[in-house]
Amino acid sequence: MAGSNKTKITPPRWLLAELTYACPLQCPYCANPIDYAKYQSELSTEDWKRVLTQARKMGAVQLGFSGGEPLTRKDLPELVKHARDLGYYSNLITSGYGLTEEKIVQLKEAGLDHIQVSIQASTQELNDHLAGTESFQHKKEVAHLVKKRGYPMVLCVVIHRENIHQMPQILEMAEELGADYLELANTQYYGWAHANRDLLLPTKEQFEQAEQIAQAFKEKVAGKMKIYYVVPDFYEDRPKACMNGWGTTFLTIAPDGVALPCHSARELPGLDCPNVKDYSIEQIWYESKTFNFFRGFDWMKEPCSSCDEKEKDFGGCRCQAYLLSGDMYAADPVCSKSPNHPIIQDAIDSAKASALADNEKPLIFRNSKNSRLLS
Amino acid sequence: MSINLDQTIKFSPMHRLQWEEAQQKDVILYPEGMVELNQSSAEILKCCDGTRNLAQIVNDLEQKFATTGLTNDITAFLEVALKNGWIQQN
Repeated sequence: MAGSNKTKITPPRWLLAELTYACPLQCPYCANPIDYAKYQSELSTEDWKRVLTQARKMGAVQLGFSGGEPLTRKDLPELVKHARDLGYYSNLITSGYGLTEEKIVQLKEAGLDHIQVSIQASTQELNDHLAGTESFQHKKEVAHLVKKRGYPMVLCVVIHRENIHQMPQILEMAEELGADYLELANTQYYGWAHANRDLLLPTKEQFEQAEQIAQAFKEKVAGKMKIYYVVPDFYEDRPKACMNGWGTTFLTIAPDGVALPCHSARELPGLDCPNVKDYSIEQIWYESKTFNFFRGFDWMKEPCSSCDEKEKDFGGCRCQAYLLSGDMYAADPVCSKSPNHPIIQDAIDSAKASALADNEKPLIFRNSKNSRLLS
Repeated sequence: MSINLDQTIKFSPMHRLQWEEAQQKDVILYPEGMVELNQSSAEILKCCDGTRNLAQIVNDLEQKFATTGLTNDITAFLEVALKNGWIQQN
């Protein structure tokens, strides 16, 4: 463990408040943990207000209300108002399910800054299949209402093998809906996406073609729509600088109050993640075992510890290293310098074989029944 | 993209400009992002209130800081701001 010197630790800037794991959708690439069904308890309104107050005092300013579906929390407007009073710039990350014009206005009045609506595909059939819920028309309606009510509208589409062929239509849809920002998030293989990887991971050719289309579109809409393209790191040869470095910038609070350096970190063994019901955010951020675990560089193994790029990517993602190699201290296998790098090609080959198989196994949808079955 | 000299300039309603106590600086906030501003950039943006055009902003800032010759620097910064969508005209 490194970085326990308090003066060297930068304060949190981004807070992700996962208000609940409850969600009416069943997306098979959900970033929630596979075993989410066993975490039934949710923080109270007062707990969340305390967390927001404490993190803001330390310097957190970007706030995402997420889940699950955060709209299932009845106290959302109250939390939004509290966040606005504290000076947060707040974002509702929603499926749009259950969002009415009345609610959109109510949240605006409470001080919400922007709304990020997810759409699963460019056609009703595929969207509703992936979401596991009939929701396409309503999502489009919500996107219109978000614009109408003066919010910056952020459209988020998660990209994978089932929808990557729709890239031109997805871009057209974003333009038609008047998105101010479009997040094209290539699936990151954690949680449910990890379990469904053989069915979701596109081929390299599919990635390259889709990326080309997206880049051309980016130039076309420059000045009108901002595109955030989340890279598919299985086809990179260097890992992402995950979370801008462990415990440097991002703080996630899970529905039950567990504080995490990233939203997947509760899957890592032996971190003893602290709970906001037991400690203040300041204690958690500066003093907890969890947040100091991968701070700095002392925890690294070769090839990371002597690598001249370690200050750029911090050895990549700890959760990905653990999920793919079983060793959370290892270099992210995405890195071509990692001895585990062949695991990535194996995953790509396995997904391709699955795509070509006569009877491909079905997607595992994210719901409580499957969560209990798998954990 | 360049600044129209006749039209007034206002800060974009799709962004927020605010002082951050913890960072001791002004920042621009927008979906998924934050830009940290130095003092002079922040002073210029605070003048973009929809009542002043470029010449008036230059004049007001030159008076405020008892100096002259700010036209080029302010114009250059506002062009960057316009390109990034931080300000609007009309």
